[in-house]
Amino acid sequence: MATITVFTEFSANGQLKKSAIELLTAARGSGNKIHAIALGSGAGQLAAQLGQHGVDEAFLGDHAAFDQYNPEVFTAAVAQILEANKPAIVLASSSLLGRDLFPRVAARLKTGIASDCTELSIQGDTLTVRRPMYAGKCTAAADMSKSPIKIALMRANQLPTGAPAGSKNVQVHTVAAPSLELKTLVKQVVKGASEKLDLTEANIIVSGGRGMRDADSFKLLHDLAEVLGATVGASRAVVDAGWVPHGMQVGQTGKTVAPTLYIACGISGAIQHLAGMSGSKVIVAINKDANAPIFQKATYGIVGDVFEVLPVLTAEFKKLLH
Amino acid sequence: MKVFVCVKQVPDTETKIKIRADGNGIDTIGIKWVMNPYDEIAVEEAIKMREGGKATHVTAIGLGPKARVSETLRTALAMGADDAIVIDAPEDVDSFSTAKALAAAIRAEGEYKFVLTGKLAIDDNQSSVSQMVAEFLGIPHTTVVSKLEYADNQVTAEREVEGGSREVVQLSLPAVVAANKGLNSPRYASLPGIMKAKKKVIKELALGSLDTGEGDIRVRFQNFQLPPEKPAAQIIPGDVATATATLVRLLREEAKVI
Repeated sequence: MATITVFTEFSANGQLKKSAIELLTAARGSGNKIHAIALGSGAGQLAAQLGQHGVDEAFLGDHAAFDQYNPEVFTAAVAQILEANKPAIVLASSSLLGRDLFPRVAARLKTGIASDCTELSIQGDTLTVRRPMYAGKCTAAADMSKSPIKIALMRANQLPTGAPAGSKNVQVHTVAAPSLELKTLVKQVVKGASEKLDLTEANIIVSGGRGMRDADSFKLLHDLAEVLGATVGASRAVVDAGWVPHGMQVGQTGKTVAPTLYIACGISGAIQHLAGMSGSKVIVAINKDANAPIFQKATYGIVGDVFEVLPVLTAEFKKLLH
Repeated sequence: MKVFVCVKQVPDTETKIKIRADGNGIDTIGIKWVMNPYDEIAVEEAIKMREGGKATHVTAIGLGPKARVSETLRTALAMGADDAIVIDAPEDVDSFSTAKALAAAIRAEGEYKFVLTGKLAIDDNQSSVSQMVAEFLGIPHTTVVSKLEYADNQVTAEREVEGGSREVVQLSLPAVVAANKGLNSPRYASLPGIMKAKKKVIKELALGSLDTGEGDIRVRFQNFQLPPEKPAAQIIPGDVATATATLVRLLREEAKVI
């Protein structure tokens, strides 16, 4: 039996993130031994939750040194655990943290990594992953047979979460804060205005393009997003025009997203935008121009003026959901 | 101080991707190759550093089939880089071997204080090479940086973190920084710049001379597939009130996503 190590991110309220549960569910299905790593204040309280999701051994770093992500500290701690335990497979979320940390861990362990995977299956100790290439214009399988430890970063919302398996007794290992002479210091964290999920993790995205006419009109999108619990995104044209910050950009030079529902408002559908969102499960397009390319990718379309449709649509969802 | 900027050549974002006959890559015939957009930002930042007196010399460095990758390095030279290094390599080397070779080439140049890269390349989206170069050089890194300030022996970087929050990170040099959009607006190469670039030197290195080879490839992408063709959208008819009511019903009852 092989070992699969899952790096489990958790929120400030001490709950495993949904993306972590997705990874644990996938790992559990393979019948291998499961190790979990969790770092940060409160990690020590996670043992029971991890046990419910089938974890055999947990490496918990309940230490303030892990509260703020620091690449040097996290790389040292994670690489040490992996070197000592030699898992066949390592799974982590393709979050900003995962994408910053694990390539460095891979280089330290002289192994390979596939980031931003959208499909994953594990049979015995064989890991099969597919991932988008060219921002989703095509996909490819990543052959990691030459990687001594196979590291895969999974995009959120791609895998099912299974019901807890009946609790396991987790063997807990305490992870000490590595003692390093740090060359990286996190000086400050400036909280964003929005408490919303990042676009890459959002389950529903309401996105606006040039058809929104100006920055102020994005309020219509925020109103709709509020009702749906969605995150607001934007096209490159809108970001380039300076209406919204670049962190909101969906597309090949922005974020590649794959929510359950993507509502494109006043977006014509440039090829680089379509590449970034075509992995969405259901796509709704609202556009005045019946010939807009976005309708080729959409599941449902309304040909109409966003300024007329959006307020009515928001009211309609409100009726249904509240 | 000497600044290195790592540059990758990628298909233009407007490229329509065709899969190669063997299924293990894309058909590169007819592709318009450009500098990875995030690397343009890195090149701009390096040149701005030299213009601002923070850097003395900018070296652009790229890896791949040398004939075409040299064109992209020529663009970096036309933007204002002082010289360039091309590491001749096959099409499909992975992040690990790329980073190993880049780090070896940088180390071989002697002094390295600061290395800039883009936050990811828009072809394979691995977002790995920057961090791996830092690891191979044994120096700190930070990624997704949209603001940078330079003091004597350190840089202060502002980076995007989850949910629109920003983090301010201070790194002692030498260090590797990966640029995000927002850091600057890359300049276009001017005509005099393009003329000057023709006279600048692009040094050629073989992958093998950097102790990197076939055995360093850890990941191979294969079995490429185009996304399944979707049927065109179901256009919902009726006036605004009817259409929106129908849409909401379909999302709940047919698509079951609400």
